[in-house]
Amino acid sequence: MKDRSMELQKELISGHYDRLSRANDEGKPVVYTFVPGNLTELMLSFDALPVLPEINALQSGMRKKSGGFITAAEKAGHSEDVCSYVKCDLGMMEQGNIGPTGKALPKPDLLLLSYTGCFTFMKWFELLREKYDCPVAMLHVPYQSRGEITDDMREYVVKQLREEVIPKLEQVSGKKYDEDRLKELLGRSAQAEDDLVWVLESAKHKPSPIDGYFGGVYYIGPLFTAFRGTPEAVEYYRTLRSEVEQRIADGLGPITPEGELKDERYRIVVEGTPNWTHFREFWKMFADERAVAVASTYTKVGGLYDTGFRHDPTRPLESLAEYCLGCYTNLSLPARISLIEKYVNEYEAGGFLINSVKSCNSFSAGQLLILREIEKRTGVPGAFIESDLVDPRYFSPANIKNRLESYFQMIEQRRSGRPKSIANAGLEASP
Amino acid sequence: MSDPASALIDRCEAIVNDLDHTSVADWKRQSDGTERKAVGFLPVYVPREVIHAAGFLPVGVVGGGDALEIIRGDAYFQSYICHLPRSIIEMGLGGKLDALDGMIFPSTCDVIRNLSGMWQLLFPDKWAWYLDVPQNLSPRLGGRFYAHDLQLMAKELEGLGGLEVTPERLRGSIEVYDVHRGITEDVFALRREAPEKVPTWELYMLIRAGLILPVEDHSELMVEYLESASKRTAKRRDNPRVIVAGAFCEQPPMGLIRTLERAGCYIVEDDFSLGQRWLREPLRITDEDEPFGALAKAFLEHSAQGATRFHPDGEPKGEELVRQVRECEAEGVILASPSFCDPSLLDRPMITAALDREGIPWTGFKYAENTGQFQGIREQAGTFSDSIRLWSEAS
Ligand code: SF4
Ligand code: SF4
Repeated sequence: MKDRSMELQKELISGHYDRLSRANDEGKPVVYTFVPGNLTELMLSFDALPVLPEINALQSGMRKKSGGFITAAEKAGHSEDVCSYVKCDLGMMEQGNIGPTGKALPKPDLLLLSYTGCFTFMKWFELLREKYDCPVAMLHVPYQSRGEITDDMREYVVKQLREEVIPKLEQVSGKKYDEDRLKELLGRSAQAEDDLVWVLESAKHKPSPIDGYFGGVYYIGPLFTAFRGTPEAVEYYRTLRSEVEQRIADGLGPITPEGELKDERYRIVVEGTPNWTHFREFWKMFADERAVAVASTYTKVGGLYDTGFRHDPTRPLESLAEYCLGCYTNLSLPARISLIEKYVNEYEAGGFLINSVKSCNSFSAGQLLILREIEKRTGVPGAFIESDLVDPRYFSPANIKNRLESYFQMIEQRRSGRPKSIANAGLEASP
Repeated sequence: MSDPASALIDRCEAIVNDLDHTSVADWKRQSDGTERKAVGFLPVYVPREVIHAAGFLPVGVVGGGDALEIIRGDAYFQSYICHLPRSIIEMGLGGKLDALDGMIFPSTCDVIRNLSGMWQLLFPDKWAWYLDVPQNLSPRLGGRFYAHDLQLMAKELEGLGGLEVTPERLRGSIEVYDVHRGITEDVFALRREAPEKVPTWELYMLIRAGLILPVEDHSELMVEYLESASKRTAKRRDNPRVIVAGAFCEQPPMGLIRTLERAGCYIVEDDFSLGQRWLREPLRITDEDEPFGALAKAFLEHSAQGATRFHPDGEPKGEELVRQVRECEAEGVILASPSFCDPSLLDRPMITAALDREGIPWTGFKYAENTGQFQGIREQAGTFSDSIRLWSEAS
């Protein structure tokens, strides 16, 4: 069962990959860049086509190709210990860089390195540069360690946009920076952002009409990265919003791979990245228990809009800077905890789950303290499971299913006021 | 005949092994009953000059090594995160860092970055500061941002009860550290020239003590060591000369360093203490120089090429190591990385590619600060050193 929006996003994404496969012939500059802190509008204003290696990696995970790619990278000298996104991408490249549609992806003309929220991005592009021999534009986005974006931070990023990023985009595209064009794109971004936030917040309804984690990453969020600023994105989010409005009016729950989720039973906030190799199976474990993820942090990696930020055409570069600085991965640990606490309260969640992935120090380092703090502050029980993004060796379905089942039972027990046998279950059961 | 250099190293060892930081607490107590302050900092690099100029003692914190039993720290970190942060948390919760009035977390990697936030939550009464060192290496961009960031940090230190970091004071501190940098390089040069006189485990202890001792005292200590070690008459063996790279943050246990030497390697260069040798040139500051800007400029222009700093367009990564191999007349490289350390491990394929291009032999392994078994590493290093020997005999 699929809604129109799901079809629409499929068409858009496959159109994007088609354009990419023609990019070299049509002389379109290709820019590789990352999701957090992406400068999509700026790239599009130069008619550059973005390639997002993380998205390729996750697509490889979903298509069950990542295991082979990772093995290839490890054979080529990469350690078992490091981020599997990087290895998946490098393995894919070694084997012809065939993208999700079966066509080869074009080589980059520029590596636009905004390492917002993750130092591994820096290593990733150092590695890619050795293979592609193309320039890197470095955008250092300062970390919000003190829980705020200061004027100095904003100015520093704006200056880098002006003096580092824009000149390099001009160089690879052969076009002059056109601020009016950028403003137009930013205006459309803001429109789509309004609808995106509305859709994400619709999960405050009971029953929730969407799944804010699985659905969030599967069809609500992804479009945002390569398409923000386009009329198609505006159209997509408008369509999605009206579908969700209809679902609310009809009192329907979210769509899952198993069909519509009826009789919502558990409302959960999820922190951490998804597992892509067993995405459907993982989602089904929730759906079978009638558990809905009402809010998640991973959907805020590509931008944190529900706390008020919008791209602003009247302050084009400043607002791009604020966007980069404000992504979830650039928040301090205390700020992450406050955001999750807010989600638990505002979405009236009965549980809080962390999916901790082996790959990602950026997300994972500190998650056990997050778990502890959220339980302390909200009183809702937390659970902690472990897997990986795209390395299938680290997803153990039976363990995860068991863990989830006992977790939901515990929520049930708490609800019915029976003695809590495993209070603080997450922490005690964690490694 | 007693060896004064060995006696000095014994002193260093006692300071380094005192995980309770009693020497820091002693330094803080003044004879008039007042207290000075000490501020800790994590690897890899923090400009200690600023802390010194505020009148504080900068104290490098690198974890408890294999001497610290981790009881609480493991409850904060998953098994797939390096050992360093759990050790730091263990020390913090166990009161071993009580002598420190604050802690600086440089932007080294995601683990240390997130640890800075954990620290704020776990020790709300202690000052904690995240120092964003620049990755954009243009003076107009990263340089300016960094100089400003250092000024903010100086203001914070003042707020903590420190002296005002005036340009004069900071220039004075830079000079003190210039002296220290010079002597440090002299000691490393002696090891390069005569590794039989300066075993690496000794040098390592000497440098580690420099993370804790006041810089002036440490400079004196190094001068004494230099004088006495250079007089040693140890016989040079036919050991291959190697460089150890990749161990710049979480430190290997002492036993591991000794194992490499016992396996028949002369370590002639290493990056164990990269943070202390981060600035590769003395700043030679003049009265006209604005000192924060000078520190920023030195960072941009004369930093070590560590894995935690963006490698800009230009020569491929690993070329600096190749140059070092040539300069040190090293015959091979041992790549030692902490387990689960993305910066070190992701650099490795680029570095090995550069070494392979030049035909420089290398071997690699992973460790944790509390690795207890060295048999495998001993065999690996032994085989490596034998193969270098055979190779050089054959050629
Ligand atoms: S460490 Fe995490 S944020 Fe960084 S590239 Fe890997 S998965 Fe992405
Ligand atoms: S050992 Fe590596 S991963 Fe761990 S804190 Fe140090 S640089 Fe970061």
